Amino acid sequence: MNTNIILSGVGGQGILTIAAVLDTAALNQDLFIKQSEVHGMSQRGGAVQSHVRISDKEIFSDLIPEGKADLILSVEPMELLRYIPFLKKDGWLVTDSEPFINTSNYPEKDDLFEEIKKHPNHVIVDATQIAKSIGNSKVANMVLLGTASAIIPLSEDSLLEAIKTLFQHKSEKIIKLNLEAFAEGKKVAEGITNLAANQ
Amino acid sequence: MKSLLLGNEALAQGSIDAGLSGVYAYPGTPSTEITEYIQKSKLAKELNIHTTWSVNEKTAMEAALGMSYVGKRSMVVMKHVGLNVASDVFMNMAVSGVNGGLVVVVADDPSMHSSQNEQDSRFYGKFAMIPILEPSNQQEAYDSMLYAFDLSEEVKLPVLLRMVTRLSHSRAGIVLRKRRGPNDINLPTDTSRFALLPMNARKQFDLLVNKQDALIEYSEKSNLNSLKKGKNRGVGILACGIAHNYVMENIGDEETDYSILKISQYPLPKEKVKALYDHCDEILVVEDGYPIVEELLHNYFDEDDKIKGKLSGDLPRTGELNPNIVGRSLGLFQNKMAPIPSVVTPRPPQLCEGCGHTDLFNAINELIPVIGDKNVFGDIGCYALGALPPLGTINTLIDMGASITMAKGAADAGLENAIAVIGDSTFTHSGMTGLLDAVYENTPITVIISDNSAVAMTGAQESTAVGRLHKICLGIGVHPDHLKTIVPLKKNHEENVEILRNELKYKGVSVIISERPCVRLSRDQKEQIKARIAALN
Repeated sequence: MNTNIILSGVGGQGILTIAAVLDTAALNQDLFIKQSEVHGMSQRGGAVQSHVRISDKEIFSDLIPEGKADLILSVEPMELLRYIPFLKKDGWLVTDSEPFINTSNYPEKDDLFEEIKKHPNHVIVDATQIAKSIGNSKVANMVLLGTASAIIPLSEDSLLEAIKTLFQHKSEKIIKLNLEAFAEGKKVAEGITNLAANQ
Repeated sequence: MKSLLLGNEALAQGSIDAGLSGVYAYPGTPSTEITEYIQKSKLAKELNIHTTWSVNEKTAMEAALGMSYVGKRSMVVMKHVGLNVASDVFMNMAVSGVNGGLVVVVADDPSMHSSQNEQDSRFYGKFAMIPILEPSNQQEAYDSMLYAFDLSEEVKLPVLLRMVTRLSHSRAGIVLRKRRGPNDINLPTDTSRFALLPMNARKQFDLLVNKQDALIEYSEKSNLNSLKKGKNRGVGILACGIAHNYVMENIGDEETDYSILKISQYPLPKEKVKALYDHCDEILVVEDGYPIVEELLHNYFDEDDKIKGKLSGDLPRTGELNPNIVGRSLGLFQNKMAPIPSVVTPRPPQLCEGCGHTDLFNAINELIPVIGDKNVFGDIGCYALGALPPLGTINTLIDMGASITMAKGAADAGLENAIAVIGDSTFTHSGMTGLLDAVYENTPITVIISDNSAVAMTGAQESTAVGRLHKICLGIGVHPDHLKTIVPLKKNHEENVEILRNELKYKGVSVIISERPCVRLSRDQKEQIKARIAALN
């Protein structure tokens, strides 16, 4: 087993929380993990990404080679497309539909969606909207993780355990909210037939 | 179970477990998390390990040397350009040698993710003639710390440990081992080696030169350097540090035919290198950073065309390596990947919403039509982003503290209305001495200290400047009438522009402290800053 995931977004959008859940779950399952992240200047409202590699064998490179990502999971639609060169031929794209606009030349939303839809394996999730509807837009990242969990070879139990571990210092309410966000995201995946078939 | 740690954190935990007594550092990407990890470690607190930030890398390294002098193990941590600041003590403590183990950790930044250059610290290690370790992965970073302290104490020299961004900022599961205790105080038997008067220094330098063969011998025997001879006698691969991972990613670990020499300790083990050279038709040197090993191989061997790498054009001369680049150099990766769709636009970093620097730049920009658009000298920090559109205020960004001294030089040359913009922490790091130069000559410059009470760019660490800037400036000799304070807020815009306009008219040194805490500070951090200021008064 060897899975490569690119997480992408804008500095401050919470992709490292997704990464931390994946890392923790993988270690719980006694798997090897390497996960690179961006610190420093780019974190200030710039494009950021994290490479997550999970395997049952030793992993060498901290960076995923181009064309080897099984999944690009993005909390922002344009940032999803920035990493297309990394995507495997039959790889998956999962993204929040909500753009994060902090530049003057941000493209039209529909142009982005059109580009994403060129790839057969894509899921555009209204993650921010779903997160708002359950109480807090900040848990959009857990909604997305829930959707993508269908194509991530980690058990649901270990992912849920990892969420609990990660938020153990927060209130019971916050843990619950994150678990609920995950469950809501997972429901989105259920509606997509080829996603289910993939699993 | 394994511990999930960043390369930087693995190294930090390794230092605690190796019996560290103190870490000294100034924040700098990609090195910052090493010190922060020890600062947050409960164990480090229980063990009373020193962890407070230093004013700059030079003061940090000198303090680390002081701790080593009394026999304890110390570590000093910085980014690559920080070693330039500390290079005076760095070069000289190689001559004096150390007492307690001393490890200099330097994190290089190939590709300049958050830096002004991509200098390779291995050159400094070679320059100082000390051992260098270059871990290839997180576990090795952890394990290397114990070895580094032992080696330092055995050869009585500082050991340089080189990290690179991708290793510093990548996580993996780490197996921890048993911790050992710190050293007791044990002063050097003969202190004359630390008193580098010419007669002592000559003796010490001879000693250092004479140690070199022993250092090579350590490298020959080191587990960090391993030679694996394969059936393939064509290309032999010499892979340094993290580059080894990129090689292995391409050729796979099982039953490879390639001959591979992995190097994670220097000086180079000549025998091992020669064995690879003799076994193969050519050698591909894969190293992240400058082609330092490739150059050395050209010195070792006559047949120049047998040695491939960055100088030969087989690998790119600039930027960091990655698995694709290394794969291409081995002829193992040719696939052309899909391009980034053209609809995607760049998203460069920018100042945070509500940042005080923005309001300051807006005030300066009001005066640009009058004073000219090339008069503002900048410095290292978040505010360097003020060089980018839409602000475009800052013209220069060279090194810590250079805003003040470059403004001075420009004013000396006749530039009127020279403005320096420097952050509070950068000012205490390297700006104070330059301000004294300007005050000494009463050079007509306007220095703006953009004081956000934090080392913001690297994650809002404590700034040694907090609550001290006024007194420092007055103490240096800035005239009280030309030491002003402004609060960079929209509502104060007109007033701030007027103050700036007036100070630019003054034909001497003015200092304007533009004072507003970083918007990223937590409530706790703001409380701590208040308490620190209260304690000063």
